Amino acid sequence: MVYENPDGVMIGLEIHVQLNKLNTKMFCGCSTQYHNAGPNTHVCPVCLGLPGSLPVINKRAVEYAIRIGLALNCDIVEQTQFHRKNYYYPDLPKGFQTTQYDFPIASGGKVVIEGEDGEHVVRITRAHMEEDPGRLMHIGSIEKSKGTLIDYNRSGMGLIEIVSEPDMRSPKEARRFLDKLRNIMEYLDVFDSDLEGAMKVDANVSIMGGDRTEVKNISSHKGAERALLYEIMRQKNLLRRGGNVVMETRHFDEARGVTISMRTKEEEHDYRYFPEPDLVPMRVADWAPSIYEALPELPDAKRERFVSQYDMADMHAKALTSDIRVADFYELVAAVIDPRTAAAWVADVLKGELNYRDLNITSFTVDDIVEIIKLVVEGKITEKSGVQVIRTIMDEGGSPQDIVRQNGLLRVEDDIVTQAVSEVISENKDALSDYIAGKGKSLNYLVGQVMKKTNGRADARQAREMMLEAIDRINK
Amino acid sequence: MITKDEVEHVGWLARIEIDSADAEGYATKLNSVLEYFGQLDEVDTDGVAPTYHVADIMNVFRDDVVTDSLEQKDVLTNTDSEQDGYIKAPRIM
Ligand SMILES: [Zn+2]
Repeated sequence: MVYENPDGVMIGLEIHVQLNKLNTKMFCGCSTQYHNAGPNTHVCPVCLGLPGSLPVINKRAVEYAIRIGLALNCDIVEQTQFHRKNYYYPDLPKGFQTTQYDFPIASGGKVVIEGEDGEHVVRITRAHMEEDPGRLMHIGSIEKSKGTLIDYNRSGMGLIEIVSEPDMRSPKEARRFLDKLRNIMEYLDVFDSDLEGAMKVDANVSIMGGDRTEVKNISSHKGAERALLYEIMRQKNLLRRGGNVVMETRHFDEARGVTISMRTKEEEHDYRYFPEPDLVPMRVADWAPSIYEALPELPDAKRERFVSQYDMADMHAKALTSDIRVADFYELVAAVIDPRTAAAWVADVLKGELNYRDLNITSFTVDDIVEIIKLVVEGKITEKSGVQVIRTIMDEGGSPQDIVRQNGLLRVEDDIVTQAVSEVISENKDALSDYIAGKGKSLNYLVGQVMKKTNGRADARQAREMMLEAIDRINK
Repeated sequence: MITKDEVEHVGWLARIEIDSADAEGYATKLNSVLEYFGQLDEVDTDGVAPTYHVADIMNVFRDDVVTDSLEQKDVLTNTDSEQDGYIKAPRIM
């Protein structure tokens, strides 16, 4: 099956990935751990743009940029430098953003996603380094705002901007691309997607017969899909009514799910890019081979390994490797539980229950799932009860043992005891004949064997009664 | 040649209000500066690689080690308009 793309949709994305796993910002030693701190507490003369301050490049940020470039199958540039992008806005204390222009650190890569019709290649145009601006907050609603509050803690945080070619043919493909990219970044251990402002997206979108628009202010992957669905619908309606789609920048209003035209007087040449005189050029291409050597196993490779090493279905391998934390979690479970059984429980049950509650894998422990799977595999609780225990832990907390006991989830004792009784009878023909022949004491022996088989979980009187009933049936 | 309109546009980019009556005078002055630097165009630069930096050095980095930030109260001495630790700016749309 080939995807026809009837409307000629073309989507390109620009993704800002914040390098929040660095210890310090891009050009100064301010800590990146500002997320729970008061405003303007993680700033210095450099990231406040005070006169006379001098930036110095964070070496590890450049290594991370190369790591990202290589993971996206890009070429690493021979020589590069930073530029100033000039614009005046209160979130940018220097009056310019330090970024890269004509020689991005990485270019010409690709990422393979699950497309509308199977594997689909999205080309990566470039990836470059830059800095994050500060954070603005409006006092009151945006319409009636009495002023804007500025927190510069985020100012100067290292960012990688990744630009794709317009290779995505539907909002769904755009979302898959974003998911894949986030997954790769987490495998690379360069960012934590849970932190505020970790990933921001701008999208270019066009359909056949119209110009492209740029949609800004997309802050989530779900938001990206919604913004693109809306924007494509808007463009289609416009063309159907005989209108024109004009090249413009639009703002995504997440609350209302619509895109709104933003009038901007600034054009590309208004940014007056020029080489940053406070930073010297870099020749870092010779770092690439050793960084490449040290790249961790990436999602596609891990998926293939899971299929071959653990003999699991590709569907399970895909689900388990789409988040590094899930993959690591699974491998710990598979070390003690049959890997295929573990795959089904983690990929199908646990992930499903977590997704339903919008939780991630860190809110469940390996020990708990191992204990639950063991209870099921050993026949002590049913699969259904296993699921119930997982749900209870997520919703109310507690340990598997306690939940099983408090909710009476142990498999009906009768079944286990009945099973034990018939096993004891077939394994102890002599004792049985003795009892039938009138040796009353043999009954105690037989009941004792039942107790042994059930690890003492059977009620002794009940075991005795069931044994007598069984013997009666044989004796008739 | 810089025109009066360009002076006003550049003023807008820098969020500096330029009185229309002054713009003509600025244009004349800027043009004389540009003309002076225009002498550089006469130098033959064929075969000369572009220069990105005047100092002939490369690869200056720092290690990813945290250094002290400023105290919030010191940061806020740079503004006469603050609220709850934030710097307060006029309403921005
Ligand atoms: Zn700083």
